[in-house]
Amino acid sequence: MSNSLDQSSPMEFAEATQWQLMWRRFKKHKVALLSLYIVLLFYVVAAFSEFFQTYDPEETSRRDVFHPPQMIRLFEVNDAGNRQFRPHVLGMNLERDPITLASNYAVDPEERIYVTLFGRSDPYLLLGFIPMERRLIAAVDSDEKFFLFGADRLGRDMWSRTIAGTRVSMSIGLVGVALSLFLGTLIGGMAGYLGGWVDAVSTRAIELILSMPTIPIWLGLSATIPPNIDPLLRYFAITIILSLIGWTELARVVRGRFLALRTEDFVTAARLDGASPKRVIFRHMMPSLVSHIIASVSLAIPAMILAETSLSFLGLGLQQPTISWGVLLQESQNIRSIAQAPWLFVPGAFVMLVVLALNFLGDGLRDAADPYSQHSI
Amino acid sequence: MTTNQPILEVKDLVTAFQTRHGDFNAVDNVSLSLTPGKLMCLVGESGSGKSVLSRSILQLVDKPGKIVSGEILLHDAHPAASSDKVETLDLAALNPRGSVMRNIRGRDIAMIFQEPMSSLSPVHKIGNQIAESAMLHEGISKSQAMERAVDMLRQVEISNPEKAVNQYPFEFSGGMRQRAMIAMALVCSPKILIADEPTTALDVTIQAEILDLLQNLKQTHNMAIMFITHDMGVVAEIADDVAVMKNGKIVEVGGVRDIFSNPNHGYTKSLLRAAQDTQKPSDRRIEIRRARPLGDPILSAKSIGKEFLSSHGFLGLKKETFVAVDDASFELREGESLGVVGESGSGKTTLARCIQRIHGIDRGELHYRNRAGVETELSRLRDKELQPTWREIRTVFQDPFASLNPRMTVSQIISEPLLLNGMTSKRQRRDRVEELLDLVGLPVESMERFPHAFSGGQRQRISIARAIAPEPRVLIADEATSALDVSIRVQIMDLLLELQHKLNISYIFISHDVGLVRFFCDRVMVMYKGKIVEAGDTESVCTDPEHPYTKALLSAVPITDPSERGTKVRHRYVADLSDVSANGSV
Amino acid sequence: MFVYIMRRVLWSVPFLFAASLLAFAIIQLPPGDYVESYAARLEADGQQVDEVRIIALRDRFGLDRPFIVQYWKWISGIFQGDFGLSFQWQQPVSELIGDRMFLSVILATSTLLFTWAIALPIGVYSAVKQYSVGDYVFSIIGFIGLATPNFLVALILMYVGVVVFGTNVTGLFSPEYANASWSWGKFIDLLKHLIIPVAIIGTSATASLIRIMRANLLDELFKPYVTTARAKGLSEFKAIIKYPVRIALNPFASTIAWVFPQIISGSTIVAVVLSLPTVDPLMLDALLSQDMYLAGAFILLLSVMSIVGMIVSDIVLALIDPRIRYR
Repeated sequence: MSNSLDQSSPMEFAEATQWQLMWRRFKKHKVALLSLYIVLLFYVVAAFSEFFQTYDPEETSRRDVFHPPQMIRLFEVNDAGNRQFRPHVLGMNLERDPITLASNYAVDPEERIYVTLFGRSDPYLLLGFIPMERRLIAAVDSDEKFFLFGADRLGRDMWSRTIAGTRVSMSIGLVGVALSLFLGTLIGGMAGYLGGWVDAVSTRAIELILSMPTIPIWLGLSATIPPNIDPLLRYFAITIILSLIGWTELARVVRGRFLALRTEDFVTAARLDGASPKRVIFRHMMPSLVSHIIASVSLAIPAMILAETSLSFLGLGLQQPTISWGVLLQESQNIRSIAQAPWLFVPGAFVMLVVLALNFLGDGLRDAADPYSQHSI
Repeated sequence: MTTNQPILEVKDLVTAFQTRHGDFNAVDNVSLSLTPGKLMCLVGESGSGKSVLSRSILQLVDKPGKIVSGEILLHDAHPAASSDKVETLDLAALNPRGSVMRNIRGRDIAMIFQEPMSSLSPVHKIGNQIAESAMLHEGISKSQAMERAVDMLRQVEISNPEKAVNQYPFEFSGGMRQRAMIAMALVCSPKILIADEPTTALDVTIQAEILDLLQNLKQTHNMAIMFITHDMGVVAEIADDVAVMKNGKIVEVGGVRDIFSNPNHGYTKSLLRAAQDTQKPSDRRIEIRRARPLGDPILSAKSIGKEFLSSHGFLGLKKETFVAVDDASFELREGESLGVVGESGSGKTTLARCIQRIHGIDRGELHYRNRAGVETELSRLRDKELQPTWREIRTVFQDPFASLNPRMTVSQIISEPLLLNGMTSKRQRRDRVEELLDLVGLPVESMERFPHAFSGGQRQRISIARAIAPEPRVLIADEATSALDVSIRVQIMDLLLELQHKLNISYIFISHDVGLVRFFCDRVMVMYKGKIVEAGDTESVCTDPEHPYTKALLSAVPITDPSERGTKVRHRYVADLSDVSANGSV
Repeated sequence: MFVYIMRRVLWSVPFLFAASLLAFAIIQLPPGDYVESYAARLEADGQQVDEVRIIALRDRFGLDRPFIVQYWKWISGIFQGDFGLSFQWQQPVSELIGDRMFLSVILATSTLLFTWAIALPIGVYSAVKQYSVGDYVFSIIGFIGLATPNFLVALILMYVGVVVFGTNVTGLFSPEYANASWSWGKFIDLLKHLIIPVAIIGTSATASLIRIMRANLLDELFKPYVTTARAKGLSEFKAIIKYPVRIALNPFASTIAWVFPQIISGSTIVAVVLSLPTVDPLMLDALLSQDMYLAGAFILLLSVMSIVGMIVSDIVLALIDPRIRYR
């Protein structure tokens, strides 16, 4: 029993709560731990996304259409010939090929745009209401522009747009999962606890939804949203549509755990101790359920993010002016644009990183969810 | 042609498991030998290393286990499958995956396991699984191998073997599966059979049949058998030689009569005492009864019945009823211990759950007279109305790992019934939990600990503390000791007796073990297929049973005394025919 | 066995019914009724709106009647092969579906087979060689496969095709076969073009199936019957293939049922990106222009395809598992 559980002192182990045991088990999973930090970082960026942007994501610039990305160089060789720490990017100039007339950006090694942390920028509102004038990275001379991830077809800064998309994409996962969780625990819990025909009906409903191809149905449902609706309303409509189908997995987990727990001897014992049904559920069964639910939730978030990205990419999810990773990727639907500006894929890399991290995190949580099982990791 | 030359000799064998905290020797410097035509019993409690030893012989130890040193000498072995050349091989030196080792497995040394269900593949036909070894080791054709399989099934006394070869394990009963396992092991006529607790998962009447079968096969095939068990009764019944194992070491080895009549090692003595103590009425119980005779009946059941419905057939419209408890009537007196004995599926657990009213009762009446003398009919009451009765009738469950919520501390677990029965003062509850822990023999420091910090026996003590917390008058113990090792089992039984003495509790003691019931109970009910077939004073039922099933059950119980071997007549009870056929003495 | 199949098929009837209700609800949800949008569209195109025709259409779809009547008209039409009219194409929906549905079925089935063929051996390898280098490599690839949206893989492949190889990976046919009638040459051409979309659609399903197979087999590998097989003297390879792998296949087959809808779902988006001549781009188009009868028909057909796929998987499962067959 205790073989995998611990090396710490027996006293500490004997009095460890389930959360302490889970955390100990989770910590052993290095990849999951790293993923936890990545996910937390992403949520911080999502929350304070304006601060992490370099420019206003809607700011267009005809001069900078499809401007390629510029890499930050940390050191430069000064006039005296010494290396010194002075972060900068190299400037780029638009050139026109005299024969083909195709436009091209060429690096100008002489032109240096110096950047700094917490530099001064145009005024903006953090979280929409705190006026600020500093951003994480800014050009020392605020008249100069630089593009860490390049620019799109309207010359908008992809770094700022990707960071701005973080907020919508990461939050739609959370909101959608919160809704699914509500539906899932309600329906799954009722099915598991009441059993009988309630269970039969909801199990069939879950099976039905699982046997449907999700994307066509999502598409069908979102096509029914009126096209000119307010962006915020559209955002909620999309989350509702996503969770209408997304609750099934959670309901299945909740129902399964509930059924398994209901016949456990310790639950019967609680009933015999005189606990009311409410107390049996909330005092005796819930603690065992919660850890499993948390693990399932962290596995459901990436699915939501992927779904939103796919819908928006097809033009039936979120739409301009809302910025999400899916909306941004819609720009890359055109093969000619991506051939010219492959950096339009950058939001896709963000999607992959976040989904990967959430999957690892969820896996780690699931393994740690039952710290009393015999198997070790 | 029994010779006294050993066929297999294990010399100074060490099998170690690598763990984070260094190597752990599961088998520690063990030497023993097996002789053709002899059965060696390897006895020990869980974790003693007996299974690892048996697996080491065939090099089947699971990772991270490894044979570290020592020799396993197999005499008269055929190293190559084709030639008849015979030599002595050191199995410990062979490559576990090499062809020489593989040729020995199944052909020279065969093995059977504890769980016949999980040891057979669920999706392959019995015949296929038996014939496989024959085809592999003897190169015979599939049809020849199938004929051999039919023949083997006949030898292990499976009726209609021609049909059985085409069946799947899930169509067999537990006993038949173990017979099929034996057929599978013996199909290449091995010289050595290793049996790892082959009867532990079986009912006692089936165990008796399997033991008879192994005895016969040992003689007809002149096999050396290594039989692993924790049950001294089984040892007394079948062993020629005994090796006692503890913590990876063999502490004592010798002939079965010597070991039983004159054990040398302290551990062997304690094992024997634990086994023999539970063969006769407890002295302590008789003492307690003398001090306080039994009172009036407090709980009486009148023809209670319980059925379970299951759906079958097309669209699941056909409902089938399974009668779990049929027409059960009994009375429980104040301060009495009433035993319910029966084999798996006899309905004893369902009966316990009916009495506790964990589930409903379909027919009959259940009357309970409470402390104040008021009588209530329980069979139709709802959960809410049962609350006062649930305070006075309590259950201790079988599995100490499932019956305690792993997420609550011991004090939370024990104080739950106190809190729900109106003891609102934290202080009062704390004092009471301390008192209860003391009663069940656990230190006060246990309070803030979680169940995962306790062993099976300790957990059962916590379970008992929770059960007696609201000062019950009736305690239902449903196989409360069967998940525990023998030595711990006796301690828990003693604890229950002391509690009876101190708190004047009546017990309903459910068990499959006739010995325990005889030790613990004043009266006993024997259940068979949902019916109470016989009831009465424990001693008279055990010494002079009336019902043929009781006779069969009692005759199947191994006696922990090798000198009484062969004195007992084995009865077989064939259901529904209700007749008894003496099957000869063994 | 027969009873089992019959029961399974019968069980799917309410499912099909529910799927059709859902599809019809999607048709009905947008504001305004079908004929109104039809008339509006005609007008927008500058065509004459024929009052008689409008009335005839209203009558045909029962638009003035309650939902259930309309549904009845729609579904009974479908049983006669009439899926309604596409107002964008000015054609009966059934004419538009034809070949495209056939190609969709081919695409989904080949993806399923591909997924099986890849996931099974890799899953077995990863379980048997747990924690080996190969296991880690496959796990990492699998995780990335799960994390990458299908369309992104399609886009990247398209990008690589255009920029690096200068070829076009879109479509299912070479230009010379696109409008040709079916022939051996066209079939071979189709197979060549199928590889890329199949691989893209299959990635995430393959990745999850590898993980499922690996987990299932790890559950089985240490069961006592494997020890029994070894104790008989079977070689390690044979002992594993004949017993645990065989048994791990059962839960594997039952997951296949859930994978099929996933594949159809994934193919929608990939088909759009790669402009495959399947139903999916047409469906998206219909949805974007609110051509609801066309869209509804597609949603219904894709759902039916999923459900049929599930039934088939369940029956396959019963065929390989005697415990289900005998129940």
